[in-house]
Amino acid sequence: MKLSSLVLGSCSLVVLAATAQAQSLTIATVNNGDMIRMQALSPQFTEETGIALDWVILEENILRQRVTTDIATQGGQYDIMTIGAYETPIWAAQGWLAPLDGLGGDYDIDDLLPAVRQALTVDGQLYAAPFYAESAMIMYRTDLFEQAGLDMPEAPTWDFIADAARQITDRDAEIYGICLRGRAGWGENMAFLTALANSYGARWFDMDWEPQFDSPEWNEALNLYVDLMTEAGPPGASSNGFNENLALFQQGRCGMWMDATVAASFVTNPDESEVADSVGYALFPTHNNFGNHGNWLWVWSLGIPASSQNADAAQQFLAWATSKDYLELVASQEGWANVPPGTRTSLYENPAYIEAAPFAGMTLDAMNSANTSNSSVQDVPYSGGQFVAIPEFQGIGTAVGQIFSAALAGQTSVDQALQQAQQITRMEMDRSGYYR
Amino acid sequence: MARTISTRRKVIVSAIAWLIGLTLFFPILWTFLTSFKTEGTAIAMPPRFLFFDWTLENYQTVQTRSNYFRHFSNSVITAVGSTIIGLIIAIPAAWAMAFSPTKRTKDVLLWMLSTKMLPAVGVLVPIYLIFRDLRLLDTHIGLIIVLTMINLPIIVWMLYTYFKEIPVDILEASRMDGASLRQEIIYVLTPMAIPGIASTMLLNIILAWNEAFWTLNLTTTRAAPLTAFIASYSSPEGLFWAKLSAASTLAIAPILIMGWFSQKQLVRGLTFGAVK
Repeated sequence: MKLSSLVLGSCSLVVLAATAQAQSLTIATVNNGDMIRMQALSPQFTEETGIALDWVILEENILRQRVTTDIATQGGQYDIMTIGAYETPIWAAQGWLAPLDGLGGDYDIDDLLPAVRQALTVDGQLYAAPFYAESAMIMYRTDLFEQAGLDMPEAPTWDFIADAARQITDRDAEIYGICLRGRAGWGENMAFLTALANSYGARWFDMDWEPQFDSPEWNEALNLYVDLMTEAGPPGASSNGFNENLALFQQGRCGMWMDATVAASFVTNPDESEVADSVGYALFPTHNNFGNHGNWLWVWSLGIPASSQNADAAQQFLAWATSKDYLELVASQEGWANVPPGTRTSLYENPAYIEAAPFAGMTLDAMNSANTSNSSVQDVPYSGGQFVAIPEFQGIGTAVGQIFSAALAGQTSVDQALQQAQQITRMEMDRSGYYR
Repeated sequence: MARTISTRRKVIVSAIAWLIGLTLFFPILWTFLTSFKTEGTAIAMPPRFLFFDWTLENYQTVQTRSNYFRHFSNSVITAVGSTIIGLIIAIPAAWAMAFSPTKRTKDVLLWMLSTKMLPAVGVLVPIYLIFRDLRLLDTHIGLIIVLTMINLPIIVWMLYTYFKEIPVDILEASRMDGASLRQEIIYVLTPMAIPGIASTMLLNIILAWNEAFWTLNLTTTRAAPLTAFIASYSSPEGLFWAKLSAASTLAIAPILIMGWFSQKQLVRGLTFGAVK
């Protein structure tokens, strides 16, 4: 009796305290370095506006599940959510996101990189504010290339990459020519494999939404991946994701690594990386004469759920955290190399940034070469670069990712894997009503 | 006659037991050691076991970045709260099933257990909607209710098996002496079942403490327990293994220490009635 009244009493106190407080915003985000910096700098926003901030930081997959549940049920637990280029168009079309029409006059929306802005815009309206963005590129060891007498072109082909990887590999010294993602997941190995497939002229679906894993392009792309990783990749690659490859590269175990451009600032950080002073960059490889660099584009952005009661204050925060002034603020506290990259044209015109971030030029080229509205050389009915922007993709992408991860581990052949992927995808798409 | 066990056999069995024990404990030990490394040493290859520069930097960072004690007290409130309410419901239920069973008792027990067979995510959206409408999202009460519900079948089952071991004759004797039902449960049954109840309680606290689906999905900031605290240190893009290890160590330390102190009780309770 006493205990329950105590619990009830303390609960009502909490409720009272919450309503008595001035306006506050609940922000859900992930534990990436740039977001942690934003959290550390945010007291300045509170000071300027009087708006208090509550931070919820979660692991990426938990965050995605958590915010999806909340926004789909209009639970109203969050005022600002960290979402990606995948969710934004789907959620905006569902009417789950509040349009960002109050970012203020000095926000300079035209300064956003065109590819980034396009990825977050639905019917001409911006639905999420880009916090940092990334494409994919090659990071390679200039010292190992020199030793092997190789010269990395700025826009290499897969044939060159495959040869170079085999030449550099020295298993006795535990140096592997190439490190690529292998861990199953739509945002893990399938992000890389979809970009690889794009560059090979393959596509997920034809214009009638028929899956295309039985096409020669997919066969060629997946064979290259499995062969290359078997001959020149690190052992146990089928469980490697971004972080595992980052660790390998930083320890000097990889000749080349193809992944998100944001990795460049980690591998060149002398506090963490043993190879900081010998990293070179090149565009994501192409195949034949397609000129397709994979079209990888991911934007970590901030969106406001339509159910938020504090949409105006939330827009104020978005305008603060994704503004030019915020970049200056980070630069003044932590140096230009640590500003969130990939969102604003003006950043890449800033000499101080170009000097502090030797990877800036290649990052910009990679971002600008990403076309997410038509990612393959063939026509596609979907948008998205290293993913397919349909709600079913999370499930299908992860299932296919598991099959391809098994093929990399040698549990199935490439032909079997493609056949299974074709069947599963066809079945799921049929179940979702794409062929009616 | 007791079976004689040869020394050689004893040594082999002990060695296997130690091997299994150490294998199971190794991840926790490794997490603990990693929490004292710098991020650079944490990913070093070959891994450093004990010889590295020990640092408390990660614990400092974790403490400045998030409020450990708020998450800790949320964990204590929800784990203890759900266990107490669970026991209050489960003791009479298990008593009824153990001492005055009907022909449906077995079915009821199985039915209760069957609720544990449904994957939690299957009912996430309905429960989330109910919680939203009852304004229970991100509250201690809401979390206590859910944790009680999900652990109740296990508590009832455990208590039922303990109660079954108690001779009915003793209860009947107390009834002959004029004890009321309430007196019978409190003064006769409970003292005899204390080891069982204690281990059920401990196990339930551990289960509630470690529950990481509902506690993550139904909380935001105010009621978020230590599971949310750990989840906030896992990063998709960036190597923060040392900080993650420090957060994990802080989160599991209280329950680990509790487990060590109550080990005897826990093992006694768990093996109670195992040998007939």
